[in-house]
Amino acid sequence: MTDATDESELYDLECRNLVRTFGAFIAVDDVSFGVPRGDFFSILGPSGCGKTTILRMMAGFDRPTSGDILIKGKSVVDVPPNRRPVNMVFQQLALFPMMTVAENIAYGLVRKGLNKTDIADKVKSALGRIGLPTSGGKSIKQLSGGQQQRVAIARCLVLEPAALLLDEPLGALDLKLREHMKVELKKMQDQFGTTFVYITHDQSEALVMSNHVAVMNKGRFEQIGSPQDLYYHPDTAFVAGFVGDTNRWHGRVESADASGVKVVSADGVNLIATAAGKTPLVQGGEVDIFVRPESVVIATGEERVSGMENRIEGDLVSILFNGANSRALIRDRHTGGELDVALPQTGEFSHLKRGQAVHLGWGKAQAKAFAADARRDQGVGT
Amino acid sequence: MRMQSATRLALFLLLAPIVLWLALLVILPHVDMFMVSMRERVGIRQYEYSFANYVEFFVEPLYWRTFARTAIMSIIATVMTLLIGFPVSYYIAKMLRGRMKNFLFLLCLVPFWVSELVRTFGWMILLRESGVISNLMQWMGLVSGPVEMLYNDATIMVGFIYTSMLFMVVPLVSTLDSLDDSLVEAGYDLGGNAFTVLRTIIIPHAMPGIVSGCIVVFMLTLGNYLTPVLLGGKDSLWFTEQIYTQFITRFNWEQGAAFGFLLLGLSSLIVWAGLRLSRQTLSQTMG
Amino acid sequence: MFKSTGKMIAGVLLGAGLTMVASQANAETLRLLTWGGYAPDKVVQMFKAETGIDVEVTNSNNEEMISKLRATGGAGFDLAQPSQDRVAGAQSEFDIYKPIDLSKIDATKIIPSMLEGTKKNTTVNGSAYGVPHVWGTSLLAVNTAMAPDVKDYLDLCDPKYTGKISYRLKRPILMAFAFSMGMDPFAAYNDKAKYQDILNKVEAKLIECKPIVKAYWSGADALIALMSSGEVVAAKAWDGTGWKLTAAKPEIKTMAPTSGALGWIDTFVLPKKTQNEAAAYKWINFVMRPEVAAMIVEAAGNFTAAVDGDKFVEEGARKRFQDTFPPEAIDNIKWYPPVPTGLEEMEGKVLDRVQAAK
Ligand SMILES: Nc1ncnc2c1ncn2[C@@H]1O[C@H](COP(=O)(O)OP(=O)(O)O)[C@@H](O)[C@H]1O
Ligand SMILES: [Mg+2]
Repeated sequence: MTDATDESELYDLECRNLVRTFGAFIAVDDVSFGVPRGDFFSILGPSGCGKTTILRMMAGFDRPTSGDILIKGKSVVDVPPNRRPVNMVFQQLALFPMMTVAENIAYGLVRKGLNKTDIADKVKSALGRIGLPTSGGKSIKQLSGGQQQRVAIARCLVLEPAALLLDEPLGALDLKLREHMKVELKKMQDQFGTTFVYITHDQSEALVMSNHVAVMNKGRFEQIGSPQDLYYHPDTAFVAGFVGDTNRWHGRVESADASGVKVVSADGVNLIATAAGKTPLVQGGEVDIFVRPESVVIATGEERVSGMENRIEGDLVSILFNGANSRALIRDRHTGGELDVALPQTGEFSHLKRGQAVHLGWGKAQAKAFAADARRDQGVGT
Repeated sequence: MRMQSATRLALFLLLAPIVLWLALLVILPHVDMFMVSMRERVGIRQYEYSFANYVEFFVEPLYWRTFARTAIMSIIATVMTLLIGFPVSYYIAKMLRGRMKNFLFLLCLVPFWVSELVRTFGWMILLRESGVISNLMQWMGLVSGPVEMLYNDATIMVGFIYTSMLFMVVPLVSTLDSLDDSLVEAGYDLGGNAFTVLRTIIIPHAMPGIVSGCIVVFMLTLGNYLTPVLLGGKDSLWFTEQIYTQFITRFNWEQGAAFGFLLLGLSSLIVWAGLRLSRQTLSQTMG
Repeated sequence: MFKSTGKMIAGVLLGAGLTMVASQANAETLRLLTWGGYAPDKVVQMFKAETGIDVEVTNSNNEEMISKLRATGGAGFDLAQPSQDRVAGAQSEFDIYKPIDLSKIDATKIIPSMLEGTKKNTTVNGSAYGVPHVWGTSLLAVNTAMAPDVKDYLDLCDPKYTGKISYRLKRPILMAFAFSMGMDPFAAYNDKAKYQDILNKVEAKLIECKPIVKAYWSGADALIALMSSGEVVAAKAWDGTGWKLTAAKPEIKTMAPTSGALGWIDTFVLPKKTQNEAAAYKWINFVMRPEVAAMIVEAAGNFTAAVDGDKFVEEGARKRFQDTFPPEAIDNIKWYPPVPTGLEEMEGKVLDRVQAAK
């Protein structure tokens, strides 16, 4: 056994075999992870998967049923929230409406017993860093949503916590502001150099901002890795489906060997894919196949795709124009199934018309086959 | 245009009964009472206008002492009701959910299932020397002889608090209900302890409820008549009792009316001072 | 009519107003403002059977009767029953009554001395306003087992009985203490300086005695509770209440104090705006019949001014009466003379100061 203390000192924050049950329901199921110093760590998962529950246990508002939480190497399970060196940015921000902006930021500093001049200095510099140097005397209601967001974060960061816990802080903002705040948040994290634990159900938020992302589903962590890892090398069908856009088929294995996996999809398409994930594929077993839109080659003539392992003839349903990220929706002529295909940035397909015949093709390396997970399909925990 | 005047007419028609009611039953009697209070009886069926009845209050120590006692006891009762009512309200508003919450809330209504008179007699049956509690204590061997728990200020206080609890708990529960749990958690998260969170977050948030509860309880206690008279015994002195005495026993409507206006004025003054002290305004409290 | 009103009086008025509306719908109603027990249901039913007149009974006391009639200028009731000493003063101050027509009263049914006395005491400007009905006294109720040596009002100040004494803090206790202290307040009624002097002495005494008192009782029920539980061993009481206590607990004696019981007579008077004078006279003559009078004695606990009214009274009650009042005690009863205006205000301040004293 390795020396636990040594290992944990790498991490600002660590959870070991964390379990939280509500009656018979398992909200958090044996979760372990570590967050290195200065990291931007995201927990990504659909709503209801247990993200907030984990965060609240780390902040101290909830107690794990079993397992341990360590901050800078020390177990904090028995430490009340006001003595834990982590701070939380709440989903609804929870700014104190009875105080001014400056008083909100000063709140934690006053509780720490700092003297007045130090507090004033820190508040002033924090207000400067969040771009609200003259708003100290304003009431919370006078600020815009984005400004409130920054105050909520600054109020925690002035305390120099070991980690900042953020519970879907952008959820309440409109789309445009959300895009802007993603950049802003990342900038603030760099400025303050604080470890962030960020939870969200929005994969783009997680991918854009994080160094590490944990994908969570039904109380469990499916995979922890860099955004690139998750995108290009998903470990499970869930991760492949949840992270990034993808085309998906469900089918049965005809044959599986070193050269690839032959699959017949439920709607009768023959596909050749590469085995992925930890569960070995067996003949006759159920699989999910994932192909990213940008992996599919689109052509008006057959010859462009003739060398590829997988080919489909289809008709154009519509073009979803979005500049460089434009997509085409293609209906498979034989099965009627629809595919999402990225259009090359050259614009050579912008002239395509509705109903026009196209040829699609992709290599077997771009098609990832995962054994279908019985646990997920039944929709229950263990 | 036409639409507008029609709605205005409708509004007027709707308001007319209320205005009429206010004028007939509230304003007119008060104006009239004020006229009565300004009359000084100089002989049989002879009156003159003067401030004599008001002056009497200030020159006769008995009266202003009675008022001072009434006001101070009412303030104490209000503070005690708040001190007891606040944790109760917090528990109802924040700790309980669903059925239990409604049940406890209803429990505060229990005192109002019977009339004030019956309720006060209930207290007397419990607390008197030959009463239930005295006997129970003797039976349990806590005391050797009967104990009299009636006829003192502490008992009056208990009676007041019991009667007032609902009027404190209702506004408190409704303001505390509106306090977002995450504000309290944020208070702890940023390093506050139970006391500082209470002082800096919960109380400021609940302030409108505290103030309106206190005003209602203070005014109700000040205007209470049966509780101090029946539970207070030989030393009970209460300003409303004095007003009643002037009106009914002494047939001195002039003095009674003057006392009534003094009570109105002085109690408004106390409420105003309380608002100033707590840095609240009446409109904040109502809004 | 809605002039000169406080909230309280507005309520009274509203009630009176409603009663008026009700009575106009059915003219044959007698609205009686009286004391508890003076108009028992049985008597009301007999009266209805005989005359067809409904009697609406409102129970009250002296002060409230005067206040109610004052608020309405003498309207709202057809017949009232204040004590004889409170009629003349209230009439001259507030003008709320109507002279009574003695020719419509069957004088043969009323004890002549009482009729004469009441007539004299309730005369204002030459007109008589009252005829006597129920009479009684206030005196001592003593638990002889626990307080054997209480004989007079001043004995209520005996420190032996600290915390076991009760009386009502109203004007009768002032009179009682004055007599017990050897003074005659009634003789000083028309000399305010002398009367004030008496009041001052009584005030000092009452304040001195205050620590002895357990509680000032406020109504018959409170007194009965205090004495029958043994919490109080001696009290100044109404005789009717005392006899109720004696009947239930023989060791509680109802006794005339050595300085004399204080006697009162409750009267019949006509409110100024009475609407059914005929029914009022019918009622007066009806309740003065000996057998009806006996029923009222039973209910009220006090005797009436009806001739032979005690003949039909139950034996126990007669016995209790005789125990309390041997002939010499009857002679020693101090009957309240009419109170001149102004005295009540002086007395009121004394009572307030006693109440406020520590
Ligand atoms: N206090 C609680 N009692 C019972 N169930 C709870 C409680 N808190 C959370 N849950 C359940 O646990 C699951 C995870 O909740 P949560 O952590 O809030 O999810 P999310 O990932 O959306 O933040 C949900 O199904 C929720 O209903
Ligand atoms: Mg959540």
